[in-house]
Amino acid sequence: MKFGIIVFPGSNCDRDVVYVTRDLLGQPTRTIWHEETDLHDVDVVVIPGGFSYGDYLRCGAIARFSPIMKQVIAHAEQGKYVLGICNGFQVLTEAGLLPGALVRNRDLHFICDRVPLQVEHTDSIWTQGYSNTPTINLPIAHGEGCYHADPDTLDRLESNGQVLFRYAGINPNGSLNNIAGICNEAKNVIGMMPHPERAADPLLGNADGIHLFKSLI
Amino acid sequence: MNQKYQARIYVTLRPSVVDPAGTAVQSGLAHMGYTDVESVRIGKYIEVNLSATDEAQAHTQLDRMCDQLFANPVIENYRIELDDGE
Repeated sequence: MKFGIIVFPGSNCDRDVVYVTRDLLGQPTRTIWHEETDLHDVDVVVIPGGFSYGDYLRCGAIARFSPIMKQVIAHAEQGKYVLGICNGFQVLTEAGLLPGALVRNRDLHFICDRVPLQVEHTDSIWTQGYSNTPTINLPIAHGEGCYHADPDTLDRLESNGQVLFRYAGINPNGSLNNIAGICNEAKNVIGMMPHPERAADPLLGNADGIHLFKSLI
Repeated sequence: MNQKYQARIYVTLRPSVVDPAGTAVQSGLAHMGYTDVESVRIGKYIEVNLSATDEAQAHTQLDRMCDQLFANPVIENYRIELDDGE
C-alpha cells in the first residue's frame, strides 16, 4: 500500500503519519504538497492534523480549495481510501466528502488529552483490527471538534453504521451522539478527531492507533 | 463597462447550532448587570470589494462565494448587502 500524506501550509502532523506508515509499517510513503495535482501512484490519501491556512474563516474551509483537493475528491469517488485526522476530518467535511461539520468545542477550550473511545462496527476496513479491543485510548488535540449534523443526517449515519468511533467516557467537546469519527456511506473515506498516529509507537506508552493503519495493508 | 461594488456579508450560525461563545458573552453581560439579555449569538462580518457588469451579476458571484467559502451551509446562514462601490 502506498501512502500519500497531503501537506497544506499549516499542517503539523504530516511527519508523524509518515513515521507510522514508512518507519513503523515499512510502507512506501510520500508527502504531497497541496499545490501538486497528481496522486495516481497513491493508494491511501491521508489528510493530517494541523491548522491548514491558519484555520482562518473556518477550519478546513480554505484548504478545501487547494489544487490537490480535486484529485483527493476524484480518488475518493473511485472508491480508494482517504483518511482525515483532526484538521483532516474538518477538511473532508468542508469538501463534502463526509457529512456534517465540526464546530467550536462546547466549553470553548482547546483540549489536549487522552480519551477512551468505543470502536463501533469492526467490519470496516478501518476498524477491523479492533475486533478484540472494543475500547481504546487515543490522544485528542483540538479546539473545533464538536461534531454537528442535522437530525436526518445523524439518523442516516447511525442506521448505516457510519459512526466508527465514539467518545466512551465524558464527551470532551459536545459532539452530537458522542461522535469522534465517521466514514462515508461507501466506507472508503474516514474522518476522526482523535490522533491514531500519535499513539502508534509502543515507545510512547500506547500503540492503540497502529491497528487503524495496519488494517489497511 | 464594469461597475464597482462593495458587499457587506453577515455570516451567522444556524439557530439549531449551539453557540458556546455567545453563551459565554451572555454570562459576561449578566455579570455587568444586564440580566434581561435573552440570548447572544456571535457571527462574522466580511467586506468584499468587487467589480461586475451589474448588480445582478455581482449578487450571483457573491452568492456563489458565500455558498462555497464564506459560509458552511451545514452550520451557517448568510446575508448580503450590496452598495455602489464608487
